[in-house]
Amino acid sequence: MSDLRSLLHGLPGVDKVGVEARAAALGTRSVKTTAKAQAIDLAIRMVDLTTLEGADTPGKVRALSAKALRPDPADPTCPPVGAVCVYPAMVPVAFDVLKGSGVHLASVATAFPSGQAPLDVKLADTRDAVAGGADEIDMVISRGAFLAGDYTKVFDEIVAVKEACGPAHLKVILETGELATYDNVRRASWLAMLAGADFIKTSTGKVPIAATLPVTLVMLEAVRDYRAQTGRQVGVKPAGGIRTTKDAIKYLVLINETVGDDWLSPDWFRFGASSLLNDLLMQRTKLTTGHYAGPDYFTLD
Amino acid sequence: MPKSSAPRLSVRKTFKLYIGGAFPRSESGRTYLVDGDNVALASRKDARDAVVAARKAQPKWAAATAYNRGQVVYRVAEMVEARRSEFKALGTAGDEVNAAIDRLVWYAGWSDKIAQVAGNANPVSGPFFNLSSPEPTGVVGVIAPPSLLGLVSVVAPVIVTGNTVVVVSGGPQVAVTLAEVLATSDVPGGVVNILTGHAAEIAPWLASHDDVNGLDLTGVDDPALAVELEQAAAGTLKRVRRAGTTDFTADPGLAPMTAFLETKTVWHPKGF
Amino acid sequence: MLEYAPAPESRSVVQIAPSYGLFIDGDFTPGKDVFKTINPASEEVLSEVALGSPEDVDRAVAAARRAFETWSARPGSERAKYLFRIARIIQERSRELAVLESLDNGKPIKESRDVDLPLVAAHFFYYAGWADKLPYAGFGPSPRPLGVAGQVIPWNFPLLMLAWKIAPALAAGNTVVLKPAETTPLSALFFADICRQAELPPGVVNIVTGAGDTGRYLVEHPDVDKVAFTGSTEVGRQIARSVAGTGKRLTLELGGKAANIVFDDAPIDQAVEGIVNGIFFNQGHVCCAGSRLLVQESIAEQLLASLKRRMSTLRVGDPLDKNTDVGAINSAAQLARITELSEIGTEEGAERWSPECSLPDRGFWFAPTIFTGVTQAHRIAREEIFGPVLSVLTFRTPDEAIEKANNTPYGLSAGIWSEKGSRILAVADKLRAGVVWANTFNKFDPTSPFGGYKESGYGREGGRHGLEAYLA
Repeated sequence: MSDLRSLLHGLPGVDKVGVEARAAALGTRSVKTTAKAQAIDLAIRMVDLTTLEGADTPGKVRALSAKALRPDPADPTCPPVGAVCVYPAMVPVAFDVLKGSGVHLASVATAFPSGQAPLDVKLADTRDAVAGGADEIDMVISRGAFLAGDYTKVFDEIVAVKEACGPAHLKVILETGELATYDNVRRASWLAMLAGADFIKTSTGKVPIAATLPVTLVMLEAVRDYRAQTGRQVGVKPAGGIRTTKDAIKYLVLINETVGDDWLSPDWFRFGASSLLNDLLMQRTKLTTGHYAGPDYFTLD
Repeated sequence: MPKSSAPRLSVRKTFKLYIGGAFPRSESGRTYLVDGDNVALASRKDARDAVVAARKAQPKWAAATAYNRGQVVYRVAEMVEARRSEFKALGTAGDEVNAAIDRLVWYAGWSDKIAQVAGNANPVSGPFFNLSSPEPTGVVGVIAPPSLLGLVSVVAPVIVTGNTVVVVSGGPQVAVTLAEVLATSDVPGGVVNILTGHAAEIAPWLASHDDVNGLDLTGVDDPALAVELEQAAAGTLKRVRRAGTTDFTADPGLAPMTAFLETKTVWHPKGF
Repeated sequence: MLEYAPAPESRSVVQIAPSYGLFIDGDFTPGKDVFKTINPASEEVLSEVALGSPEDVDRAVAAARRAFETWSARPGSERAKYLFRIARIIQERSRELAVLESLDNGKPIKESRDVDLPLVAAHFFYYAGWADKLPYAGFGPSPRPLGVAGQVIPWNFPLLMLAWKIAPALAAGNTVVLKPAETTPLSALFFADICRQAELPPGVVNIVTGAGDTGRYLVEHPDVDKVAFTGSTEVGRQIARSVAGTGKRLTLELGGKAANIVFDDAPIDQAVEGIVNGIFFNQGHVCCAGSRLLVQESIAEQLLASLKRRMSTLRVGDPLDKNTDVGAINSAAQLARITELSEIGTEEGAERWSPECSLPDRGFWFAPTIFTGVTQAHRIAREEIFGPVLSVLTFRTPDEAIEKANNTPYGLSAGIWSEKGSRILAVADKLRAGVVWANTFNKFDPTSPFGGYKESGYGREGGRHGLEAYLA
């Protein structure tokens, strides 16, 4: 598909120094008091509470799912998170806890995290997860194919997985840390969106370089431009390495000043994270009680 | 044919202006006598025409490679060497002709070195390529001293870097003879333009001319005129090299070149 | 919508005295007459400062002359240590100075905090290191200082312009008399205090506050050896005329009307940031501001849409709020000039656009503004507005872009946006401007020479080149 190639290579370039400077400048925004309280609750609702470990057990996943529903048992005004994200094998366990709650159930599929499996395996993985109750699928692209310039292969895989998803939303993980350049991040974003992604996601969290502000900025610009051109809105999910409230708020500022209100919702923006939630809860408590919170007062699930 | 016993009558030469590579008379039709020679007396309109010629020649001359400009100036030295007898006939001592030739050779060599001496990379605090390099100022008006060495010492440093000049000379026969050298060397027309006449009459028009970028007052010997010219030059903020007694036999240093160089600094980010 | 709550920087870190005298020979001495300096964001009077008279200038120049004998004779390594000391004190007092600068000038605290003050300290640090290395600077084996430097600086970057003037002068062994701008005298007076804190010998730095006349006394003073001026081209011309025939050395950093050229292969999002930074940084009170946007016609519509969207996120208001992007216009007079030229822009048929933004009731404010449909013949494309007003022109080919960019008596700076290296280098070669930013804009560094071609002045500030202005 030489059309695809020329389209992706016809996208405007990204200047590394410029995009990093812009992201850093937005990172200096000061969000305090009432604005911070609003931001924290929004961020909690955007969390894809995640466990993706070889050591995951049904017990662990049940506890995590319970926490997703009521992140702060001591405070009923605390909103639930956006979704729980687990391996396909754990989907039925999480589904038992979450069903009917409104908290989404996401599952990584398609030979996560490497993506190095035959397509029929990836599709079976996806169908299993959806059959088990997942309404969101986080797939990984084949970075090898992308870097080799085989855009058609990546495109076709996404199309196939999207089809296997049925009604479930498809998040496409670009693994931006392995794409190495912002130009590639922009191209991969467009490639995923053209192939039908409902969300584009930065990372698996399994490689050293995961979500960063400038990478997310480039992806936000991509979804903004894609909607302007096609009318279809696509969500964005930074994942990996976002651990503090301060970090999360920087991402919200990024959305606010790049794509605006339309993306300031859990339907269009998620944080793939595990430890972030507790920091958000501690900061939330600090704002309501007026004193600093301690980790002993928050559940470790 | 019978041989005449009368001595042969020599052909007298009129020293004409040098503008845009040609040798016109003054548009005013005026001439004046200098040491018995007829010399064109330049007017303000000649100055105007010379500026037009200098401006027209400037971009291409500046865009020539430094190597090329160096060779052109070296060729001038070769041609002066070949015509040294003409300068001697005008009263220029042999030592001075030698010095003028050597000075031309010195400046010829500077063409592709000055950027390395006057420019440099700047280690800015950030991921940027940052380079400062000299560029010619543009069209420079030069009020030249009368001697050959003086003339060469104010013209060569200005043109070797890519400027073009309009010279007002107080030593007309020497200047026009140099013009004849330039015309038969490889200097493109318009790079050097020479006006013979009175500095007091012509220089103010160059000093106030909006399309002249610099002014070298080395050859101005009237202090009041120097001040007047410097004030006029302020109108468009011309770069001015001030009048002063100059020992042209001394090492000129870089100042004659850097006076008519601009520093351009280019920034570019560095990132994959 | 994510609203940012007010995030004011604390004003209490800076104590402004009700009045200030002139800093001459190491002491503050009262002036005969005084004038008020105000906060342009609120019109509140901040302090009363002395209006320097000819006698005051005499005293200051005399003090500088006396100090010159010993200061210039000190080993460079000793002068260096004073400058390093000053740099350190500035770093330590940077929050206080940033707040002060924003109060007196109206610039956003994020700029005074993240741009002005770090650059001020870096500038002193850079030139401190030169003081004992002058023979290696390339201006001859035994360079000498010039003597007393009379320096006049503008109001747009008060402390940074002071640093650009004073640091190289002192490093080279000169002494100085500096006149800060009439509307922004305070940070220079705080700098005087820093000189005392650093135990700089009396008379090496003298600060004479005042208006235009005070500056004129200074540059015309017969015992001044060197004049350095940053400001308008008109005043620069007058100074060049007045210095003619005196033998004083002169450097001028004057106005600009920079072209910011965007080619169709530009990194668009970064170009938009560069355009915004180019013209709205410091309310457009920047001599090198990218005030003429030259955009390739084939992408003009798309680029303008992006630019307008981006401009809509600019936060205009309280300079002390950490989230403010565009602060107050520095003075009523400057606001009047910006307003007048903008009205002329409309009258001449250009189309004016500003994002919706509510401006405070008190103080001097001007919404970020762009004019489209501008041609080279429009006054807003030729005259320096020195405010947050961008004129947008289009071009079709590189030659046309270069021709339009150079079609001005100014030549201070220019911008190029393109992803094609050879195009950038070729265009940069042909632009008649002292600073060319390619795929970036409004970047400054103490190591990097800054200054103009043509009527933007002569001489360079910053870098090795910046020393030349203070050495013989």
